[in-house]
Formats: sequence, C-alpha cells, structure tokens
Amino acid sequence: MSTQIARHWRLNSQRYQLVGEVCPNCSGKIFPPRDVCPHCADKERQPDYQFSGKGEVYSHSTVYKVPEGYEEAAPYTVALVKLDEGPLVTAQLTDVANEAVNIGMPVEMVTRKLKTQGDEGLIVYGYKFRPQMVAS
Amino acid sequence: MKTAQNVGIVGYGSYIPCYRIPARVIAQVWGNPGGVPIKEKAVAGPDEDTMTIGLEASRNALIRANIDPQKIGAVWVGSESHPYAVKPTSTIIAEAIGATPATTAADWQFACKAGSETVQAAIGFVGSGMVPYALGVGADTAQGRPGDALEYTAASGGAAYIIGSAEESLATVEASFSYVTDTPDFWRRPTTHYPSHGQRFTGEPAYFTHVLAAAEILMSELDYKAHDFAHVVLHQPNAKFPERAATTLGFEKSQWETGLLSPMVGNTYAGASLLGLTAILDIAKPGERVLCVSFGSGAGSDAFALQMTERISERQTVAPTTQAYINRRVEIDYATYTRYRQKLQMH
Repeated sequence: MSTQIARHWRLNSQRYQLVGEVCPNCSGKIFPPRDVCPHCADKERQPDYQFSGKGEVYSHSTVYKVPEGYEEAAPYTVALVKLDEGPLVTAQLTDVANEAVNIGMPVEMVTRKLKTQGDEGLIVYGYKFRPQMVAS
Repeated sequence: MKTAQNVGIVGYGSYIPCYRIPARVIAQVWGNPGGVPIKEKAVAGPDEDTMTIGLEASRNALIRANIDPQKIGAVWVGSESHPYAVKPTSTIIAEAIGATPATTAADWQFACKAGSETVQAAIGFVGSGMVPYALGVGADTAQGRPGDALEYTAASGGAAYIIGSAEESLATVEASFSYVTDTPDFWRRPTTHYPSHGQRFTGEPAYFTHVLAAAEILMSELDYKAHDFAHVVLHQPNAKFPERAATTLGFEKSQWETGLLSPMVGNTYAGASLLGLTAILDIAKPGERVLCVSFGSGAGSDAFALQMTERISERQTVAPTTQAYINRRVEIDYATYTRYRQKLQMH
C-alpha cells in the first residue's frame, strides 16, 4: 500500500494535467516523460510540456474481464489516443457507449476516477478521454 | 455586506454529467401514481464524483478567466458529498489546475449552501486584498434514499467561480448578504449513507424563511426592487419552491426561467443556485443585474447582487456553456442508475 501511495503521488502532474516533455534537440513531444527522447535518442534533460488534451482514437478494444480495482467501470473501452501533438497515449474512454467508439473519433482529456482501492483505500484519479465537446 | 476593494467574477464554469434518469421512471419503480417534481435529473457516471465534477467546472472557469493559476490564492470546495471524509477535495482540484503549492485550500460543508459559502468567503478574501484571485466551487453527487421523495431530485453537477478585482471582472459584486439560523430541516449523520429530512418542515421555516429574508434584506440595503434585476436565480430543490419564492419577491417568469435548471437536471445541492447562475451568465448582457440566492439546510442563505460588465460577452462561449452540458444527454434506466450510484449492497 505505502509504495503504491508514493507511485501514484509521483504521477500527479502527468495524470492530472497531461504534462509531458519536449525534446530540446528535435522538439519532439514526449508522453509519458522518459529519460531518452523516443524520437532522436537524445539524453538531455527535457523541459516539461503541457499537452492540449485533444486527439483522436487510433485504435481501441473493450475490456470485459478487468483487473482488481476497476470493477465499477467494467466493461470499458481502452484506446490508443493519438494526441494532436503526436504521442500515442493508452487510456480508458468515458461518456461513450463501447459500441459507439470508432477509429478517428475526436476525443479530449478529462480527469476521472481510475480506480478505487476498496472502501478504505485511496481513490486514484487520472486522465481518460471522451468524445470532444464543442466550446458552446 | 460590501468589500473594502471592489471585486467580481473574473471566470465561471459549470459541469453536468451526461446521464439522465427521468422522474417518471423512478415513479414507475415505486408505484407512485401522482405527479413528479421535475422532468429528469443528472446522474454522475461510475467514474465521476464531486472532485471530478468540481475540477471540470474549475477548468472551465480558468479558461474564461484567462489568468495564471499560480495567482489563485484560495481553492475552496463546498459539497455534502466529498469523496473522502478526511482528505480534502480542494487539494486535488488545486493540484490539477496548477494552483499549488502557494495557496490555501479547504473543503466546506453547509448542505446546499456549501458552494455559495465558498464564493462569499472568496469575495471577502479578495476584497480584503489578501490574494488576487480565489476559486469557490459548489459540487455534489447527491444521494436520495431509494423510494424517498428526494430520490426524484437528488442530482449531480457543479459550478466554479474565480473571484478577482472588479476591473478584470465579467460581473461585479455590488453587495452580498448572508442569513443563517439553527433550523434542523435536513441532515445526515457521519456514518450514514442517506440524509434524513423534516418532510413539510423543509418548506416554510427553512427554505422560504431564509431565501426570502436574505433576498429582501439585500435588496433593501441596495434600494433595489425586483424590476431592477434582469435575472434572478434561487436555490432549486425542485421547480415549485423557487418559482413561489421568486413570485413572492415580485419577480416574473421571464426573470427566473433562464436560471431555473432543476426541471432538466434536478437538484445539484451545493451546485444548484451556482449552476443556475452560470446559465444566466452564459446569456447575460453588459449592464444587466442578477440576483442569486442560495439555500442550505441547517439552515441559511447567501444572497449576491451582481452587475454584468462589458467583458461578459467575449467570455461566454470560450468554454462549454451550461446549455451545452444540458444538451449532452444520455437517458438511463433505473437498473443502470442503481449501479452507477452504488445502491446495490455487495456484502
């Protein structure tokens, strides 16, 4: 439990705000943050980069037999979301029927409950994606 | 009450979950042949709670305010359904919008008045010059006991307001007033899941006494009559109470219909009056005055007199409007509602 608390806490900024990195060498956008740029293998420290949270469904699959802690959401659809800035992110989709998801669907990041550690444990929040709403 | 420095709303935002359960479906389950108090209510999805609702409303408020979140000196969240009994909702929202760490944060409770209380405090905090901006949030995932009269209306939703200087405001706060007494019309003990209420006692000595007194005293202090306001929004536990109270205060339907959302989304408790106000701000014109009066059981009301500035028009559609959230509607049946709101005991 205690190592899980630290692990979740370290991921706050990427999970809550979709903060990644930008490579100082090739300007490639990186998510999640990592030590080596996946675009050019540069090892320089990358500055933070705030992603817009907009993207589209690249691929998707519906999960019926879910891991412990995810029972409330089952069955749910997991998608590879291609962010407007480039990276592919794996995330749950929400506010959409599983059968209504299609490749190329415009989606946007929202913060939702990812899982609940029983009645007495932590509630873990993070990014999911939903069909894009227009501003008005 | 007036502040030493003039303040106003520099950003506002709302959020309503997409799921709706019609009141007639609930009536059908419980064999109620009579009328129902609203058309339908908004239901939080299985991955939503007061934090996620308050956060999306806060993000919308931040978009409209267009300010550096690091300058927000207070993040206060009012609710009667905080996800944790101990651990603040407000620190999660503060972290997610980028306001941490140099800020105050706290969770507030005062039944349905918890949200407007954060706005009242934010007005004072900014008006005293202590901080440049303060964020007040009212949000709830209200629970009604299955079969109880409140099950028809207890809904999910919320609104957020960033208070700042009058010069930057979309709407200035002309004055505010709060009116509270110890009136036990509705309560929930710490370890119980559903609230209890005083049946008809919730009307005259509770809702009407406090809403009318707060509104009348504020209007009297400002020497305003009902016709001085383009819009009015009152706490809305149903459609009937706010209509009757507004009529008593001298308002007409054209003044309250924009802010009366309970027939379409239900009673969003700490979000209710603040959510209705967002619908008004979405369409209000520069110069128009708005009266907003909350009510919370236990009991009390906060009343705010606002006046729109020239800035309101340019910010109304930069974030999703409240009507856009109302239109984003997925109807669910009672079985799905039971699952989403965790009404099935698994042990």
